[in-house]
Amino acid sequence: MTPQPTSQILTLEDWIRRSLLFLILCWLTVAILFPIYQLVARSFQNSDGQWIGLLNYLEYFTTPSLSTSLLNSFQVAIASTFTSVSIGFICAYALTRTAIPGKGMFRMFFLLPISIPSVTHGIGLIYLFGNQGILTRGFFGFFQDRFGFDPSFNIQLYGFNGILLGDTLDCLPLAIIILTTALTIADARLYEAAQSLKTPNWRTFLQVTLPGIRYGLLSAILVCFIQAFTDFGVPIVVGGQFNVLATDVYKQVIGQQNFAMGATVSVLLVLPTLLVFVVNRIVEQRQIALVGAKVVPLKPKPNLFPDLVFFVFCGFISLVILSVLGTSIFASFVKVWYNLNDPRLLQFTLDNYNVNVAGSTGIEPFWNSIQLALYSAGFGTIVIFLTAYLVEKTPGWNQLRSFITFLSTLPNALPGMVVGLSYIFFFNLPSLILPFTDLSIPNPFNGIYTSIILLVIANVIHYHTVSFVTLSTALKQIDAEFEAIAASMRVPFYITLVRVTLPLCLPALSQTVVYLFVNSLRTVSALVFLYSAPGLLLATVAIVNLEDAGETAAAAAMSTLVVLTSLTIQGIYGLMTQRLINRSFGWMQ
Amino acid sequence: MKRYQKLLFTCLSLVGILSTIGASTSLVAQNKEKITVYTALENDQVAVYLPMFKKEFPNIDVEIVRDSTGVVTAKLLAEKSNPRADVVWGLAASSLLIAESQGMLQQFAPKGLNRVRPNFRDADKVPSWVGIDAWMSAFCVNTAELKKKNVPLPTSWADLGKPIYKGMVVMPNPASSGTGYLSVAGILQMMGETRGWQYLDKLHGNIAQYVHSGSKPCRQAANGEYAIGISFDYRAIQEKAKGGPIEAVFPKEGSGWDIEANALIKKPQVKTGAKTFLNWAITEPVMVEYAKNYPVTAIPTKTAIPAGYPANVEKQLIKNDFRWMAKNRDRILKQWTEKYDSKSVPK
Repeated sequence: MTPQPTSQILTLEDWIRRSLLFLILCWLTVAILFPIYQLVARSFQNSDGQWIGLLNYLEYFTTPSLSTSLLNSFQVAIASTFTSVSIGFICAYALTRTAIPGKGMFRMFFLLPISIPSVTHGIGLIYLFGNQGILTRGFFGFFQDRFGFDPSFNIQLYGFNGILLGDTLDCLPLAIIILTTALTIADARLYEAAQSLKTPNWRTFLQVTLPGIRYGLLSAILVCFIQAFTDFGVPIVVGGQFNVLATDVYKQVIGQQNFAMGATVSVLLVLPTLLVFVVNRIVEQRQIALVGAKVVPLKPKPNLFPDLVFFVFCGFISLVILSVLGTSIFASFVKVWYNLNDPRLLQFTLDNYNVNVAGSTGIEPFWNSIQLALYSAGFGTIVIFLTAYLVEKTPGWNQLRSFITFLSTLPNALPGMVVGLSYIFFFNLPSLILPFTDLSIPNPFNGIYTSIILLVIANVIHYHTVSFVTLSTALKQIDAEFEAIAASMRVPFYITLVRVTLPLCLPALSQTVVYLFVNSLRTVSALVFLYSAPGLLLATVAIVNLEDAGETAAAAAMSTLVVLTSLTIQGIYGLMTQRLINRSFGWMQ
Repeated sequence: MKRYQKLLFTCLSLVGILSTIGASTSLVAQNKEKITVYTALENDQVAVYLPMFKKEFPNIDVEIVRDSTGVVTAKLLAEKSNPRADVVWGLAASSLLIAESQGMLQQFAPKGLNRVRPNFRDADKVPSWVGIDAWMSAFCVNTAELKKKNVPLPTSWADLGKPIYKGMVVMPNPASSGTGYLSVAGILQMMGETRGWQYLDKLHGNIAQYVHSGSKPCRQAANGEYAIGISFDYRAIQEKAKGGPIEAVFPKEGSGWDIEANALIKKPQVKTGAKTFLNWAITEPVMVEYAKNYPVTAIPTKTAIPAGYPANVEKQLIKNDFRWMAKNRDRILKQWTEKYDSKSVPK
């Protein structure tokens, strides 16, 4: 609802809000549009900055060592999407349409990977399926010695298989969240009708269930595709010689400092993502229209045999998720992994937690990450709330407001690698050339290039969209009459903001804080380019560096710290909101 | 209701306030002189050497940017027009020669230069770079894994090319790792280009993975992930000392090698702290520490050769032309990448 201006004469307040809105526009333009423009421009330039048109792209497609990655990326992303959506569908179906026990627990396990950096999946997989993995070595002869059979098998982890496994884990919670939502909004009346018509189950499934969730399903497919297509953490760890776009950007930029080619690969990474993003937007809007007012919620009935199958399946998936994480935690305490081959030599140690990176001993990168996550959560929540508030509650200026809404949803289509790289390009420019002129001015934003502020901005933009949508949804639910009444009583808007709007938005605000914190802690893709300032090494980047140097156990230790922190924060948040909702919204029920 | 609301609200605002304070304090300039040092020395070495400097010169704030040789080289060259580093410490001489040819190095004679071996420094009277020690390629071999696979211990480059080691060898990518490049350059110099590339073709057939650091192959061998890693002397000996079933093998034909060297970066204003650092970096105490890790140092010390090395280390080093290594680096890497990096999954 857009509040209409109460009178044609603009008050001082309106001007304040409008100038704030204008500031928000400047902020988003500098933080999103300028860097992206730089990135695209660089892909048309050679390394000396001369305009060379499409030559970079020509070189890309004629160099087999580069162009195979594009195909590889599509292959592995399509495969991961298929597996994660299929598994996710069965899990979501079990959670919504069956009467299996332990749904709360399963849901918790299924959503666990959200708190885990994707590099950590890779590390867990190495210790399970690598050449010395627990499963590859058949539990190091444990079963062989006691029961005389050898359950060992080698899945050839490094390459396509490893990325598929890791990305499936990484995408699974996304698929489950979307599909659970889609499956929840079912109309029981349709199923009753099917039953009274004696329609066979498979037919009901094909003709009622699937059509009912078609948009959710499509949305899950698209979201998982983007996630897998742009993921960096899994392929950098278990990709072996199977190159994908995201690791190519990294190799070009960090390994060879070939920024022009890095930009070119980034554009190729962002194009499919943008396309998928647009399709997903259309799909999402359709889905909302599906929910009618007369829907009768479906209550699943117990059905012994299918329930048993679903229960076992959910148990198995939970086991997989837990063992990948558990194995990497376990490995972080083992002194010499190879000695597992002879259990008598097994020794535990805390040495791996004394991670020694870049001359800075100890767990400094971990503290840096905590700091960064705090700043990102604090700054991000304030700025994104202000953006959402001004967009929702400023009278007039409709075009500007919808443009800011558009800018706010754009980051969802930008892979982390692209955000990071475009930030290097833009913020490291010594001077800006004004378009259509030969004038250049010193880049006023150059000063933050090597400071943590740049990392904070990168995180806030990277996770802007979801936070923005959460907060504006919360704001939309607040009756516009509050503002109207307050205005008629000549209460300034900021008083209404502090006394009414902010308290009503508290659940959404705290959700945003936690979301930003957890994701800033977990992400690596945007930050891997930006940490170059000394003393700013971050936990997830350290994990990648350690793994690159072959110090897998130390990487596992750092992962453990990150995962435990993120779980703790979410646990505390869970307890707090439970109470908050019980107390403050209890009267609504 | 009120209480929790207030609590949560306070928490939120605290986060906001803290982040503002934190961000502003990190911006406060420090009085100490700050120098930025780029290095490709190993993490565990920096952790020993650097505190010695910090103890002696508490007023100089050293920021270390550490990465693999290839990355540091690329970074240095990429920042040519606006260098961020003040000093380069322990980077491959062949890489420094490239920087020198681009006019990025400031000639500087550190104190005690006269004690440095003539072949461990730039030949100019006031040198562009001064070496500290030499490192060389060595194999890390997991003997337990070899026994399991029933193949003999490889003792030479020629052995590594034999088909019995198919899929067992890991090697650093020469484009990103200094160890990778000195191994490839060593092979090409020892065997000559034609035979050298033929040999690399054969070796490629045995490679399971090309990785991005010189240490990783050794650690992977120690973990048994792959049986054989082409790595370098220090890492091989360190991993053996940790207690894994690892053998450090110095190939019979000899090892490719390079010098880890220091240089001053040419800038409009060279900081005095940078010169202090370079003077310190070849003093006796730190040279002794270098010698504990590498047997051949720029200034000979009385330190005993670290355990695990062949008795006559200097004979292990092949005849090596750094200028050739530097001049041909681009060409060799391009050819190497075209030949071996495009293959997606090793069969």
